[in-house]
Amino acid sequence: MANRTKITGAVVCLLGALAFAQPAAAQSARDYIYIVGSSTVYPFTTVVAERFGRSSDFRTPKVESTGSGGGLKLFCDGIGVDYPDIANASRGIKQSEIERCAGNGVAEIVEVKIGYDGIVFAHAINSVDFEVTREEIFLALAKEVPGDSEGSLIENPYRKWSDINPELPDLEIEVLGPPPTSGTRDAFVELGMEGGCKAIDWIAELKKTDSDKFKAVCHTIREDGVFVEAGENDNLIVQKLQANPAAFGIFGFSFLDQNAEKVKAVAIDGVAPTFDAIADNDYPVARSLFFYVKKAHVGVIPGLREFLKEFSSERAWGEEGYLSERGLIPMPDDERRQVATDIKELKTIS
Amino acid sequence: MTDNSTKAKVEKGLARRRRNELIFRSAGMLATTVGVLFLGVFFFTLIQNGSSAFQQSFVLVDLEFSEDILAPDGELDLEYANFDAIPRNALRAKFPDVTSRSERRELNRLLSISAGYIARDMIEDDPELLGQTVQVWVPAASTVDMLLKGNIDREIVESLRPISDKQIAWVDELVSNERVRKQFNTALFTNGDSREPELAGIRGALMGSFYMLLVTVVLSLPIGAAAAIYLEELAPKNKWADLIEVNINNLAAVPSIVFGLLGLSIFVNWASLPRSAPLVGGLVLALLTLPVIIIASRAAIKAVPPSIREAALGLGASKMQVVFHHVLPLALPGMLTGTIIGMSRALGESAPLLMIGMVAFIVDVPQGLSDPATALPVQIYLWADSPERAFAERTSAAIIVLLGFLLLMNLTAVIIRKRMERKW
Repeated sequence: MANRTKITGAVVCLLGALAFAQPAAAQSARDYIYIVGSSTVYPFTTVVAERFGRSSDFRTPKVESTGSGGGLKLFCDGIGVDYPDIANASRGIKQSEIERCAGNGVAEIVEVKIGYDGIVFAHAINSVDFEVTREEIFLALAKEVPGDSEGSLIENPYRKWSDINPELPDLEIEVLGPPPTSGTRDAFVELGMEGGCKAIDWIAELKKTDSDKFKAVCHTIREDGVFVEAGENDNLIVQKLQANPAAFGIFGFSFLDQNAEKVKAVAIDGVAPTFDAIADNDYPVARSLFFYVKKAHVGVIPGLREFLKEFSSERAWGEEGYLSERGLIPMPDDERRQVATDIKELKTIS
Repeated sequence: MTDNSTKAKVEKGLARRRRNELIFRSAGMLATTVGVLFLGVFFFTLIQNGSSAFQQSFVLVDLEFSEDILAPDGELDLEYANFDAIPRNALRAKFPDVTSRSERRELNRLLSISAGYIARDMIEDDPELLGQTVQVWVPAASTVDMLLKGNIDREIVESLRPISDKQIAWVDELVSNERVRKQFNTALFTNGDSREPELAGIRGALMGSFYMLLVTVVLSLPIGAAAAIYLEELAPKNKWADLIEVNINNLAAVPSIVFGLLGLSIFVNWASLPRSAPLVGGLVLALLTLPVIIIASRAAIKAVPPSIREAALGLGASKMQVVFHHVLPLALPGMLTGTIIGMSRALGESAPLLMIGMVAFIVDVPQGLSDPATALPVQIYLWADSPERAFAERTSAAIIVLLGFLLLMNLTAVIIRKRMERKW
């Protein structure tokens, strides 16, 4: 028995030593690209990363899904192999983030716009046809809505779509959407709610006079159970819509694209979220997707330059490229060409 | 007289007591049935959704390794040769009427993008193949696979389907020529993650989980056992010991995400160990399982009768000899059981791994403790969130595999307990 314990002890010590000896050697260099950021851009970046890894001699990049804000935070932490090379974002980088980056030695950042994404307002395929304006969306979902007299706000009284506009169907308002941590929610609030909010004249005036109050009115979603936070998982929202034809859901265009026989999108301000409408900038609730590259890492991390080339190739982000098959809406030809040249020259944001 | 009245009292209440007994019994039975029912529904839907993922559709193509395509200037360049064209041409040869560019693109999409890589690997293994024609089964695209598994409705309008009328007609023709078949989906077990459902596998996640659990068990078993032995056998029983005990019990109930945050600040930020590495994941999970192991080990040590210790001490054994020769061997089954249960909890954890960067898209199967890796529960989470339809069944399949491992571990714990436990 004593012998056996000795052997076990020796094995345990050996394994422990192994565990700690290895990272010291492995940390000194990194031979793969390290990408962090938005969960909306994640499905596109991963496709490029995988094809890049398979078709080149470089290792497949590592892509972490951290959300836009979390990704840019990691990105701006510093220069060197411990920090990401690329940050994906479903919004533009903020001035405060650029300053934080600069403070940590990340002075030169290359911005790459990759295309567009539409945020759809959709319901089950077999439910009644529907068409709304952004103003109606705002009235249906805001916590407080304008009362009878100008300048007054009341707790949102609308329970049915027909309460807002008699021409809309007599249906309970029920909307499933992402939680506040999601970039999709941010974009929906900014483009959909605020867009509808501005249609009311006295609130639009408020933007100039009292921008804090304007934000509070336009960006606050009601909390009385009409808007249901359904989590970050868009597949779950699609399933719930199928089960409940009266409910609406808010999610990204790529999920509509993949589930076209289960859910259909509502036209907003008279424009349905189709591939062409989003590409032509006609659909009102669409945003640009970006990624940011550390210029100092190009030429140091193996394959980074080649990865950028793959991403900006026509076979990837072109009209008929493999990213468009995954639901990315490409930029117009001349804009693509412009961005591709900027990438090649590594034009930094100033 | 008194006898009779007591008997009468008992008999009076007898019916009520029997009724209560029946209610109690049926309530228990009902609770068990509901529990079993939920479990049954869970397993049924899981197997119903996931079992089809263990099969994958393949298409038989005649790959012609034409020198004109692969080596137009007489020399074969493995990196730049147009291998994608080989399976595409093979498929096109079966449908000679397809001529327009857009139709050809649709036809190409019937095959997985891996077909080209398969062609390249074949040439790489055997350069002699150049100029020859070989029949090979290559994976079909995931849309074709979904169609053949009946997950795509053929009846609905074409624009609502991910597969066109023409493509369906081609697939049907291939099926009638017996050029399509389903076979076991080995890719699911041999590949790492992929964004193409037909190429995606759990090998990377499994290896990640394995390395993590290795680190966890190497650290938490000896530390947990040592702490338990010290606290039970050697530590003075005072209020400090009580305080430590309360804290250990408390730690066992702390939400796992807290351990993730701790791991992020200590192991990744301060000790600058690599992000996303199984080493860091294993360290975090070791912290998570330590309280569980200490509590189980202390219970096992406590269950060893004091008479054994006293007898050993009486024969002149030192404290250490008592522990290592008598207490530890008798407590070992209980300690191992606790460790296995702790490990199976660690295997199912995903929240703490989120903080240390293990929720990531990683294609390459990790080769060591510091390679970037994910874990099985994380892989399930990532697949469940993917828009492509075919990932739904793969999510369920991965859950089945995870449950299989959990079942195996818990079964081992039960067997160890049953076979090695001593009754006093």
